[in-house]
Amino acid sequence: MSAAAPLLELDGVVKHFPVRDALGRRRGAVRAVDGVSLAVAEGSVLAIVGESGCGKSTLGRLALRLIEPDAGAVRFAGEDLGALSPRALRARRRDMQLIFQDPFASLDPHMTVEDAVAEPLRLHRIVPRARERERVAELLRRVGLRPEHARRWPHEFSGGQRQRIAIARALASGPRLVVGDEPVSALDVSVQAQVINLLQDLIRDLGLTFVLISHDLAVVRHIADRVAVMYLGRIVEEGPAEAVFAAPRHPYTRALLAAVPGQGRAGAPPIEGDVPSPIAPPPGCRFHTRCPFAETLCREAEPELAGGIVHRAACHLQDRLPPAAAPAEADPGGERLRRLQSFFRAGPPQQAPAAATAEAHQEPSGASA
Amino acid sequence: MSAPPALEVRGLAAEFLTDRGPLRAVDGVSFAVAPGRTLAIVGESGCGKSVTALAIMGLLPPHVRVSGSIRLAGREIATLPPEERRRLRGAEMAMVFQEPMTSLNPAFTAGEQVAEALRLHQGLSRREAFARAVEMLAHVRIPDAARRARQYPHQLSGGMRQRVMIAMALACRPRLLLADEPTTALDVTVQAQILALIDELKRETGTAVVLITHDLGVVADHADEVVVMYAGRIAERAPAAALFALPQHPYTVGLLGAAPRLGRAAGGRLASIEGAVPDMARPPPGCRFAPRCPFRIARCAEEAPPLAEVAPGHASACWRAPLESVLEAAA
Repeated sequence: MSAAAPLLELDGVVKHFPVRDALGRRRGAVRAVDGVSLAVAEGSVLAIVGESGCGKSTLGRLALRLIEPDAGAVRFAGEDLGALSPRALRARRRDMQLIFQDPFASLDPHMTVEDAVAEPLRLHRIVPRARERERVAELLRRVGLRPEHARRWPHEFSGGQRQRIAIARALASGPRLVVGDEPVSALDVSVQAQVINLLQDLIRDLGLTFVLISHDLAVVRHIADRVAVMYLGRIVEEGPAEAVFAAPRHPYTRALLAAVPGQGRAGAPPIEGDVPSPIAPPPGCRFHTRCPFAETLCREAEPELAGGIVHRAACHLQDRLPPAAAPAEADPGGERLRRLQSFFRAGPPQQAPAAATAEAHQEPSGASA
Repeated sequence: MSAPPALEVRGLAAEFLTDRGPLRAVDGVSFAVAPGRTLAIVGESGCGKSVTALAIMGLLPPHVRVSGSIRLAGREIATLPPEERRRLRGAEMAMVFQEPMTSLNPAFTAGEQVAEALRLHQGLSRREAFARAVEMLAHVRIPDAARRARQYPHQLSGGMRQRVMIAMALACRPRLLLADEPTTALDVTVQAQILALIDELKRETGTAVVLITHDLGVVADHADEVVVMYAGRIAERAPAAALFALPQHPYTVGLLGAAPRLGRAAGGRLASIEGAVPDMARPPPGCRFAPRCPFRIARCAEEAPPLAEVAPGHASACWRAPLESVLEAAA
């Protein structure tokens, strides 16, 4: 995997959004993304994690060149997207797609499923008109829907099914890179599991390069190869998912991990306070106002990502921190629960024909089969 | 020991009238919470967990038919006239919602809103109430409480707003706090702070807490007892430790497998519960989980299983419980 050239590269990317007062005068800027460099290897899954306002969604949009960076470069397959003509950029778009969090907002209610999925096919002239219907049916099947669903409207579907439609639409142009901005966060646990399984299958089978933007560390742990942790517009830690989760180097990553419920650590919260305003981030290390280890140096000098090539953290103290508490391997259900759960992976026994049920409210049966 | 539970609910049902006919969002729910304990109600959207809380609070609109018994410290409140129910709210029972921005009044300062409850229920003067409100805000660890008390909700962060809501809810030391997804809209580090705060205040005041959540991790860390709801009914009710160690309803088993966990190795497939929740206007006959259940037998589609004890304090509404029988049959 390390041999693969990066498909996506961000180089010192900056994006500030001006803040204006009631008279339209400029009153500073939200420093949403403030100098981020990243590389995503072809066929890998990079997760960008952080709390609200950390800049992760802005970074995702910059990566797809949906918004222009104020500084820095975005390269796709070695090509600087900023240097492309508008026409060349449009042509490039077929290779790069986005899946949004809210499938209720991202699908046009006035378009049938067929039109929604076929739109990118027409836009990029992927298949001749005559083969369009066939291709849509194929895409719907690929995401666990039935070809008959093509003639229906988005409102006839449940949240999980709509997200499948949005995924089919994103895949229509045959992209190499897909950015998912909280793609499963709006879904209920059982439906979320179906969509996570589907995404994993698609990533593997289609060789997709996937950037997952998420606040949910458990979801990230489950599907990411690499993780970048953001805080106030900067990456504070980046490395292989396994290493970041097992041995987090940045105190913020540690706090984030310790705050995930269900590890039998209820009691003192890992850190106090809220994230400071991104309009005026603290000087020095941006995390120092909440960091239990902060020293004078942290208040004065902003740390750079350092500590290795594979796993890096932006912390002056990373070599001097006490060892992080290992994530608790809570497994109270043990072997009995695993055996019971294996029946779920196998799916329900000979699914009765869903004839009389309100089909629009049902997820398709055997979707992941 | 003989003191009655802070809250005891028996056979609670809530029926909405819709244009497709009556819809029983909650259908025969029973549980009890002792003072100073936390009962979690878990389930996915539409399972009836929020409607259960609103029914207990008496906050459902009049066209919703609520039946069953709701006892607060032994006293039946389901049959009280609306005026008396209203007097209980804020004084003896209080609720915290998911989105503090929509539950706070944007036109009043944080301090005024906390003070209002104190004036209303404890007859304090305006000045006394405001002073108490500042104390309460400091107590829920809002830094610089005296200044924050004079600010409006939009000037506060999400975490601080939820602290204000908790200060309001607990101002009169209610017997019962209903918290409906109190941290779902918050970031994970702030969520940890708010849940720790609720635990601490509960220990201090002996308030009973009903915590409504979809997050099994939150349940594991903060609940003493758990009710798992599916399609308006209780699927399983158990002490928290037993629920995680020996779940006895297939839906609970599926939920536990569907949620990705930090401690679990990456990569593998999640146990997914195929299908979706039933259309509540036309629920399936028999067990409502049967269409999605890998353990179902003929009886499940015909007859709804009662919630029956499989161990002391541990009840499951499943014809195949205890599920050991399933494993033996498969072996």
